Amino acid sequence: MKLLVNSRSKLISKLYMWLIFFFLYSPLVVLIVFSFNESKSRNVWAGFSLKWYAKLFADKEILRALFNTIIVAVTASFLATVIGTIACFGILKMKRWAKRSIMNVNNLPIVNPEIVTGVSLMLLFVFAYKNLGIFRPGIVTLIFAHTTFCLPYVVLSVLPKLRQISPYLYEAAQDLGCTPARAFFKVILPDLLPGIVTGFIMAFTLSLDDFVISYFTSGATQTLPIAIYSMTRKIISPEINALSTILFVVVLLLLIAINLHQIKDEGKNHN
Amino acid sequence: MKKKSRLFAAMVILFVAVSAFLACIAIYKNSHKPAVTINVYNWGEYISDGTDGALNVNEEFTKRTGIHVNYSTFSSNEALFAKLQNGGTKYDVIVPSDYMISKMIALGMLQKLNFDAIPNFSYIDDSFRGLEYDPTNEYSVPYTWGAVGIFYNKKFVSEPENKITWDILWDTKYAGKILMFDNPRDAFAISQFRLGIPLNSKNKEDWLLAAKELKSQQPLVQAYVMDQIFDKMANNEAALAPYYNGDAALLTQKNKNIGFVIPKDGTNRFVDAMCIPKNSEHFDEALAYINFMCDPTISTENINYIGYSSPETAVKNRLDNSVANGKICYPDDSYLKNTQVFTYLPDDVTSLIDSLWINVKTGEQKDPFVLIVVLIGFALVYLIILCVKKRKPTI
Repeated sequence: MKLLVNSRSKLISKLYMWLIFFFLYSPLVVLIVFSFNESKSRNVWAGFSLKWYAKLFADKEILRALFNTIIVAVTASFLATVIGTIACFGILKMKRWAKRSIMNVNNLPIVNPEIVTGVSLMLLFVFAYKNLGIFRPGIVTLIFAHTTFCLPYVVLSVLPKLRQISPYLYEAAQDLGCTPARAFFKVILPDLLPGIVTGFIMAFTLSLDDFVISYFTSGATQTLPIAIYSMTRKIISPEINALSTILFVVVLLLLIAINLHQIKDEGKNHN
Repeated sequence: MKKKSRLFAAMVILFVAVSAFLACIAIYKNSHKPAVTINVYNWGEYISDGTDGALNVNEEFTKRTGIHVNYSTFSSNEALFAKLQNGGTKYDVIVPSDYMISKMIALGMLQKLNFDAIPNFSYIDDSFRGLEYDPTNEYSVPYTWGAVGIFYNKKFVSEPENKITWDILWDTKYAGKILMFDNPRDAFAISQFRLGIPLNSKNKEDWLLAAKELKSQQPLVQAYVMDQIFDKMANNEAALAPYYNGDAALLTQKNKNIGFVIPKDGTNRFVDAMCIPKNSEHFDEALAYINFMCDPTISTENINYIGYSSPETAVKNRLDNSVANGKICYPDDSYLKNTQVFTYLPDDVTSLIDSLWINVKTGEQKDPFVLIVVLIGFALVYLIILCVKKRKPTI
């Protein structure tokens, strides 16, 4: 009897898991399949073709938008990671009430609707440009805006990791003859790295697909989400499917590589 | 001796480095100073971009004039307007539609063009000069135009083409098979043509009447959509859908059963035209760009890519025979004599239309005040729970 219940609950839990996978991945499958479609339709299959991939690489506007997006994402997530990590050290050393209020300020942009962040940043940039002549809306303001909204996520992923690290480790390293800088790079940073990498990846993905804030702060620079959105009067070109497929495959390969690397490392540690 | 030669070597290296650096700056300045970059803001998918062996129009412009183009795109006139009004971004050439042009002229956002610098304006047909939105034709140069008509699926629709009028969209026979525009002005225009109300009426009663008709149509409508009509019509999911004639080629190619007709009781003709905003920093270069876009060979490339109609006869003559002589993109005058162009409406009328439109789509509107009170109520309850929870541990 018990066995029966067990197998049934197992079946249900498996079914549940597959259902979740289905909901998560079926849109991606449809997107990938239709990137190979012969016609421009989004639900009529007209035959296999690679023409949208060929068109994608001939379409300079989309490639330029992609280029802008990647530049902004890399720069902004790098800046956010550096600033956020440094901020974590400061926050950890703060007194209790100061720490709490700083964390609240840090969380504010996360709960704040994106549109409020976008509009307020735009107003700030326009004000600064009109009165001081700095921050002309463009790729620079875009990077600033993205750094701003990525920062809290970096802090949130680095701070817990930093808390776990014993402060005595750092002192011990110095006792054993390390300079403070060397102790930081040899002892603290390697321990902190998983948190930093998580923060960086999070910032990178957030920046990559942000639409609302970019829309308000980009000036005449166009990022990929904005370019895609502007196609909606006519039909969205399957070139976008092709591009998304390529991005998806690249990210997938990266993840597989990272996982394989980790498995290898774990194997080494066990030995 | 050794020291001296080392010093000499260092000096040589320093000299070379500094001169190389200076040369770099000089080259950079030379290559960048005369090369002006203009910001062009156009509709998405609205220019020939070099795919499929077509001409990349922006690159061709740079090749001919040395002026660089920073090209970006928008999805609606309202998005364009918002971007311009919020300041900060200085565009040199924009391509709004008719009613947005008249609104921008009224608000003083556009510059008068110098038509001496646009000799290719002579190619623009007389029927596209001095239209209602820019009566003296001082601010705009037409880029493309189009008309709204009805796409119908011959599988479901039995009426012959010449019998199809706007009334068919109210025919209960096709309940659940009708698609409608998901934007207020286009949707209202259809209702207005049925009732014989002028499109740019400033009389509120007229708009209420048109809204009433749209509301009576609402139960028959399958969905209010924009670009989804391509898929829905191609898959035989819907029988009737009003849309722009420039997209006909895309649809009729996909599904041979789909026909297109411009109702004889009149329709909306729209024009997208090139303008220069007041805060443009490169007026002369912008004029050069507009002139370039009017060149019939360039314009033909664009029209071939976009599929919309050209305001230049010279371009029409260069197009594929089936397009130029087909009635879809270039309907004859008997269809066009009843067309009307949108112009700018005063703010109070616009906000009336917006609220009427929400009413049409969603039924009776909830009072926003009630909603706000409910939200505040929820927030208060949440705060009280928070306070109670916080107190508990201290007790």
